Amino acid sequence: MLLTLNVNGRVRETIISPDEYLLDVLRKLGYLSVKRGCDTGSCGLCTVLVEDKPVLSCSTLAVRAQSKKITTIEGCQEEAKRFAEFMAAEGAEQCGFCAPGFTLTVLAMMKEYENPSDEEILHYLNGNLCRCSGYVSQLRGIKKYMEAVKKDEDCK
Amino acid sequence: MKIVNKEIKKVDSIGLITGKPFYTDDLVANQEFLIVKLLRSPHAYARIKTINTSIAEKVPGVEAIYTYKDVPQTMFTLAGQSYPEPSPYDRKILDEYVRYVGDPVAIVAAVDEKTAEKAMKLIKVEYEVLEAVVDYEKALDSNVIIHKEKAQTNYDIGYDNKRNLSSSYLEVKGDVDEGFKNSDVIIENTYYTQPQIHAMMETYRTACYFDVYGRLNVISSTQIPFHVRRHLARALEYPSSKIRVVKPKLGGGFGGKQTSVCEIYPAFVTLKTGKPSKIVYTRKETQACSNTRHAMRLKVKIGSDREGNIKAIDIDVLSNTGAYGEHAPTVTALVVYKTFPLYAKVPMRCKANIVYSNTTVGAAFRGYGATQGTFAVESAVNELAHKLGIDPTEIRMKNLVDQSSTVSGDIKRCIQIGKEKFGWDTRKNIDLGNGKVRAKGMAVTMQGSGIAGLDTGSATIKFHDSGDFSLLLGVTDMGQGCDTVHTQIAAEILDVPMDKIIVHTADTDISPYDPGAYASSGTYVTGNAVIIAAKKMKDEIIKMAAQLMKKPVEEIEYFGEYVEDKDGNRLTLRDIGERAVSFEAKNQITTTGTWGGETSPPPFIASFVEVEVDKLTGETKVIDFLSVVDCGLPINPALARVQVEGGIAQGIGLALTEEITFDERGKMLQDSLMQYKIPSREDIGTNIDVVFSYSNEPTGPFGAKSIGEVVINTASPAIADAIYNAANVRMRSLPMTSEKIFRKMYLK
Repeated sequence: MLLTLNVNGRVRETIISPDEYLLDVLRKLGYLSVKRGCDTGSCGLCTVLVEDKPVLSCSTLAVRAQSKKITTIEGCQEEAKRFAEFMAAEGAEQCGFCAPGFTLTVLAMMKEYENPSDEEILHYLNGNLCRCSGYVSQLRGIKKYMEAVKKDEDCK
Repeated sequence: MKIVNKEIKKVDSIGLITGKPFYTDDLVANQEFLIVKLLRSPHAYARIKTINTSIAEKVPGVEAIYTYKDVPQTMFTLAGQSYPEPSPYDRKILDEYVRYVGDPVAIVAAVDEKTAEKAMKLIKVEYEVLEAVVDYEKALDSNVIIHKEKAQTNYDIGYDNKRNLSSSYLEVKGDVDEGFKNSDVIIENTYYTQPQIHAMMETYRTACYFDVYGRLNVISSTQIPFHVRRHLARALEYPSSKIRVVKPKLGGGFGGKQTSVCEIYPAFVTLKTGKPSKIVYTRKETQACSNTRHAMRLKVKIGSDREGNIKAIDIDVLSNTGAYGEHAPTVTALVVYKTFPLYAKVPMRCKANIVYSNTTVGAAFRGYGATQGTFAVESAVNELAHKLGIDPTEIRMKNLVDQSSTVSGDIKRCIQIGKEKFGWDTRKNIDLGNGKVRAKGMAVTMQGSGIAGLDTGSATIKFHDSGDFSLLLGVTDMGQGCDTVHTQIAAEILDVPMDKIIVHTADTDISPYDPGAYASSGTYVTGNAVIIAAKKMKDEIIKMAAQLMKKPVEEIEYFGEYVEDKDGNRLTLRDIGERAVSFEAKNQITTTGTWGGETSPPPFIASFVEVEVDKLTGETKVIDFLSVVDCGLPINPALARVQVEGGIAQGIGLALTEEITFDERGKMLQDSLMQYKIPSREDIGTNIDVVFSYSNEPTGPFGAKSIGEVVINTASPAIADAIYNAANVRMRSLPMTSEKIFRKMYLK
């Protein structure tokens, strides 16, 4: 069947079979930042934004994304890069395999929360597993990034 | 130092976080690679009576199906160890016998995944189901023999297939029996550790193709590219000169990828069909059909006088290697190697049997046996302290190794720093009044830095015409940041900014030999090789400059970006580089350093934990965790800290939630991340704290020791003791789940 998606602002049309998951379709279209970590919707690695909301692409049938706006990290490189600087300063990324899904979830969280507490951050991101970092450095990076973004906004 | 001991961002960090495609499957995505899948045994132990692939082969799109009748018969080990490997050669690519639920029965190659899966269902296998040994405590001298064929061993490792013994050993230090005779108090207990799963985020995967030179190219997510090349050559009976192994970015390893888990299957398919092929393990395969930490039963007997001076420790180990003996002799040796030196003056004895059973393979996992040994010995020391009414920190002060000429670093100082920072003496049990109690616990540990007298790493530096450098390494960065640390070391010696060094790793055609990333060798072993290569490079540049400037070498001084003679004439690196490769000098400068250590200097850690136990349910949460780490001088404190934090989190998982059980037929019940509980963000919380206790390791690069593994070992014994203090139950079996704690509290 023909699927039409708006990926990162670009309309993509592709033939899929009805049982294909969004993750596989996106990778086939060349969005290789989208990673599979498990097969049970447990790890959050495959997170993409559908209509700006984080969604697990490994357990979302591609047809459900018909005509919807999809954002992968390829589509928000500027924000991702800025966030990456804060993460890197903490040494918070190690293998990096979970980073794209994690980063997208952080960016989505910032749209939903103005001043999240530590507990709120941990809760929002709880579905994004990471086996390398032990999470605390990531929390440090997120908080510093949020402060910097807020400062910029206050200056505007 | 300008660059070393600085919190420098990882050289690949921005690329990784912004999602650039650098991992194995990204490099071959959307290209025509055959998809390789493995039909796996549903039985824990069986003989394949008949196997019929004829119908499956007729499925359109199936390229080939191979069974045990089609593969070479040479036996081998998949353990990532230097040749000659200590592990027994007890494997074939496919065997008539299958020895655990998940052991491969047939290799299927098809145009896509769906076709391969369809074909797999049509392969008709008739099994003679054999009685299996799923419980490893029943394996030794069982009437069921798991390997009827005797394996080749390169050393005497105490192997005896007739007894299901993959390896055994006895290690003795001092007069243990005399020590027990002189003891006022003797306690003896049995501890169990579970088969922990690495659960790195990127599952096992490999892609293979023939290049234009007709050589078999293998792109694999591996910690051990050079060992993979050797294993493939042996298993496939194919010349290693025709095999090239390339390691792209890795999505984690933790020792799992120190075994060649999946490379052989696509390599065999590509060799047979001539076509590109790839295999990507599912999470389920990664959990249940790759390798795990060795499950162990450790009986510890400990004797002491009334003042807490330990007189003797006796450890009796039973370790489960599962169906095959990967890392069997070496992992269990670390139970000894990393506990004996910690209690240097205490006589110690360890007897270990490492048995085959019909379960998933036990192999390398961060901590490599020291983790299991630490849980048992540190728990025993804590129990002794309670029995004698001595503070756990005090009993360690009496018995732990002192800083000496043979040991750099100071575990006792780690304890002192930690006690103060944690407020150990003033922290008391807190009853929160709602059934929850908070209490503290502590433990110490050590590891090594590389394998003494064996690990030998190399580094090559190439001086470009542009005046910058390539640093070629065979060691593998799996996320821990060794690409960055080695770049820092090279930049420090060459006195140039980091961006003048281009790091390249790892490609067996190009990189200098390195055993790979394991045994906490990256910073220590390969780091020393980088120093040698960089110093040689400096000398060569000076020589070249002398030639170009027509001045004696002694009159030239190296200042990083330029050299200067004693009259003040300068040549920039760029000038030298340009002229070196040109007709003028005809000398492309390349240097190599190779280094191996006579010793394996230990990093030390003292950890302090406060837990909260819900006495109604047994649920346990870590409230506060402090590790004081002595890794000499951290080359990159930010990366070192995150390694510690990550190791603590993995240790907390080992301690509390990461449970593996097998049903009576030998099937692993926790084969997904849904059931196998690695810690999440909310489990870890915010209060993990790391402090470095600096020391100077004279043989280490800039005084550094390695840190990769040691960080995981203290969590379980420290948490076990905190649970005891909170709930008055002694947990001696990992993981200490709420169910187990509840049972112990109420169903005594």
